[in-house]
Amino acid sequence: MGLLSKKDAVLLTDPLADNNPITIQVLGICSALAITAELKASIVMAISVMFVLGLGNVVISLMRNIIPSKIRIIVQLIVVATLVIIVDLVLKAFAYELSKTLSVFVGLIITNCIIMGRFEAFALANKPWRSFLDGIGNAVGYGVILIIVGFFRELLGSGTLLGFKVLGDPIEKTGLYAIGYENNGFMLLSPMALIVVGIIIWIQRSKNKALIEEN
Amino acid sequence: MSLKQNLHNLKEKYKGTKMAPAFNAIHTFLYLPNEVTHGGTHIKAADDLKRTMNIVIMALVPCLLFGMFNAGYQHYAAIDSSLRTDVLANFFTMDNFWIGIIKVLPLVIVSYGVGLLVEFIFAVIKGHEVEEGYLVTGMLVPLIVPVDTPLWMLAVAVVFGVVIGKEVFGGTGMNILNPALTIRAFLFFAYPTWMSGDKVWVYDAVNRTGTADAISGETILGSYAQNQEVVYSTFDKFMGFIPGSIGETSTFLILIGAAILIFTKIGSWRIILSAFVGAAVMGLIFNQVVAADIITDSSKFYGLMNTPWWEHLTIGGLAFGAVFMATDPVTGSQTNKGKWIYGFLIGFLSIMIRVFNPAYPEGVFLAILLMNVFAPTIDHYVVQANVKRRLKRTKVKTA
Repeated sequence: MGLLSKKDAVLLTDPLADNNPITIQVLGICSALAITAELKASIVMAISVMFVLGLGNVVISLMRNIIPSKIRIIVQLIVVATLVIIVDLVLKAFAYELSKTLSVFVGLIITNCIIMGRFEAFALANKPWRSFLDGIGNAVGYGVILIIVGFFRELLGSGTLLGFKVLGDPIEKTGLYAIGYENNGFMLLSPMALIVVGIIIWIQRSKNKALIEEN
Repeated sequence: MSLKQNLHNLKEKYKGTKMAPAFNAIHTFLYLPNEVTHGGTHIKAADDLKRTMNIVIMALVPCLLFGMFNAGYQHYAAIDSSLRTDVLANFFTMDNFWIGIIKVLPLVIVSYGVGLLVEFIFAVIKGHEVEEGYLVTGMLVPLIVPVDTPLWMLAVAVVFGVVIGKEVFGGTGMNILNPALTIRAFLFFAYPTWMSGDKVWVYDAVNRTGTADAISGETILGSYAQNQEVVYSTFDKFMGFIPGSIGETSTFLILIGAAILIFTKIGSWRIILSAFVGAAVMGLIFNQVVAADIITDSSKFYGLMNTPWWEHLTIGGLAFGAVFMATDPVTGSQTNKGKWIYGFLIGFLSIMIRVFNPAYPEGVFLAILLMNVFAPTIDHYVVQANVKRRLKRTKVKTA
């Protein structure tokens, strides 16, 4: 990382593993459960959140000295709402089908705890460049989990990846389906997303010595 | 040297290594361990976990054997309906039993093989002893699935049920949900086409779909849900000569199992009785609703609501669930008063789900899983009520 100082690099890498917003802080779970039935939706959601969080952090950080602390939540909401509307309109204009799949969850990025959390905890007290890195880092940490969950849910639930029939055709009975394999309908239901996230947390905690709790 | 001594020596040899729990497990599974607790005073009880489990399995064996005959009987009766006229003569035949052997035994073997493998792996990872908890689960699972369930599905479900239903919570005795029902629920939501409908309950019906030899066997609940009459007599329903999951059709044999469990004080008679009472109450309410003309036969709920309340007790998995699943000492209520509430609500909710959601004709597994979650809450309030009552008593005395 020649571009970044060691202190700045930590902002990017820490949310990926040791301080992941989903698996460690358990924030942003609603969207992780709701839209991960398809890999494509997961990826778009990850990118949208990255846009909102990265840019939002910069904006808040630039304004941090002029925002009166009594109304800071309102100011944060306005910033986040503006960015979310941009994302929503762009999706509607260029990826209408996908924006229908994501439905209300694009709008609900506003309520994603990760975003308000980073504004409050980081952007209000740090310079724009560091805030930007922190926003991107957290969004990537969030997106990685979304994409892992989306990958398994689409692969096992529908037998496809990004819409491609990687396991064969369930109606024509080709590929794996020829030997009696069937899609797991449970994977498409939200409870299973919770279990998949739980399994990721389980694996991460058992591999990462720093996270093992004393009891 | 006897096998027991051999195993003991192996155990000593591998002491402290990764494989130790595996040998330990085989040893304690087959024999009593050589070691006894040292020092202090101990009460030695004969009914250890292993013996408890074995008695439950013995109570299940009649259901299993009956289920094997029934697997064949339903197959042949679906092909030739004249077999239904004289059930007793046509039921206990070797042909029927043979189909039971080729269809049911593999389910039992897969259930035990996969389940125990998972338990062994976890025992080795954790360095614990293998727990006997899976012995009963492994027997329950094949009894509550349709006869045509593909083996790989069962294997996937067993892995899911044992890992997510039990091991993540810390193994036998720590689980919140009944592992056998977790497995059933997984199968139901993951592969609904194999768990409901009119094809899966009869051996070979799925393969014959669309051919000239097509056969089908709708369960009684399924027929009632569609406002259809059924051909089975009350005797058939009570004795279990009806299509259904492998081991749950015979209410008669389930009641014998219940008698064994109650006699040996393993199953709680309070839970069993209150579950049946709860189901009967809900059934009576529905009967009254129909009698009062609130619901007419154009309603989609009419068929199941109009079913006499006592018939609800004999059809579907209610009896099996109430006797063998609800009485699980780990996931059920612990207090006596709590057991009454817990059992009653299981029966009550089972019939309610059964009637109001025709997509889930087998409401009993959902009802038990739900009450599993609520059992600690029920116990908490029962204990608190007792504490309050006794506190009041001391106050009166001092005043």
